[in-house]
Amino acid sequence: MRPRRPYTEPHLTGVCLGLVLLACFALTGQGLGASGAFASVAGGIVGTVSPETAAHSAYFSGYLQASSPWTAWIVVEIIGVLIGAAASATLAGRMRLTFVRAARPSGGKLFASIAGGTLMGIGAALARGCTSGLALSGGAMLSVGAWIFMAALFLAGFLAAPILRRLWP
Amino acid sequence: MNDMLIAGGIGVAFGCALECAGLGDPPKLAGQFYLRDFTVLKVMLSAMLTAMLGVFWGGRLGMFDPDAFYVPDTYLLPQLLGGLVFGLGFALSGLCPGTSCVALASGRIEGAATMLGLFAGVLLVGLAFPAIEAFYRSTPYGSLTLQRLTGLPYGVMVSLVTVVAVSVLAWIAKREARR
Repeated sequence: MRPRRPYTEPHLTGVCLGLVLLACFALTGQGLGASGAFASVAGGIVGTVSPETAAHSAYFSGYLQASSPWTAWIVVEIIGVLIGAAASATLAGRMRLTFVRAARPSGGKLFASIAGGTLMGIGAALARGCTSGLALSGGAMLSVGAWIFMAALFLAGFLAAPILRRLWP
Repeated sequence: MNDMLIAGGIGVAFGCALECAGLGDPPKLAGQFYLRDFTVLKVMLSAMLTAMLGVFWGGRLGMFDPDAFYVPDTYLLPQLLGGLVFGLGFALSGLCPGTSCVALASGRIEGAATMLGLFAGVLLVGLAFPAIEAFYRSTPYGSLTLQRLTGLPYGVMVSLVTVVAVSVLAWIAKREARR
């Protein structure tokens, strides 16, 4: 077993992430993203299971127009994120399998994760992006909506924190 | 095919950077909202500054055309409400969409739970879309930027954002030095 290496310096890592984002803009003309991959796959599932439902919702059909929703740019990018993060965690000895170990989080905590994910899915869909695609990529392009989203996100997070204190001792 | 290779490569680098900073670790991310751990703000602001300055100076030096880069459209009310709902979800799960993938990939079951919720969330919006479409498309301002909103030149706006972001990072460093 490899020794567990500490996390890297956040400012330096941030600069590296910024260079990845810059490369993404230079190579593709668009920024990074994450929530769009979930929307694309969800659109693909609905389009397969019930094409009438997908056709009835402009939100889903938007993801079904161009190419296949399963191999959209952002879906491939997110598969890359999974591979990159797994490789990085393994090489640094930071892989921790809470699937199998006793350190598994409680049921309440997992319920909070699912609820939090659901709210973020709704929020990102309404805002047309998440922390990566809208706040970070749009923020770097000085989009007004990106900065509104970022301000609202942190405001709600800080306001909700005291109520959720029991979740994060 | 080439596009897919770029997408995968960019994704690998993105995931690697997030994991290295510790952004697959829910208590660490949630610690931001309790002012215990400033990794989220440090990484986000440093990355945003690097990309913003890179886009500006790369354009000035003629390396690429920043006007061709995608600027997300502004929809005032949907993005305000979306941000509030998103922030509440972020504080609940301690992960965001990108970092939920990092959490899953580094072996954390919370990542899978959050991803499940994200699918449920976008599915709900998609199914309810005919009812909420009017709100979704309300208050549109197109690809509005801070420089167009304020009427300031691009370079001045970039400098202002740089000063604000560096000040926040300096405030964080000072606060941490005091502890």
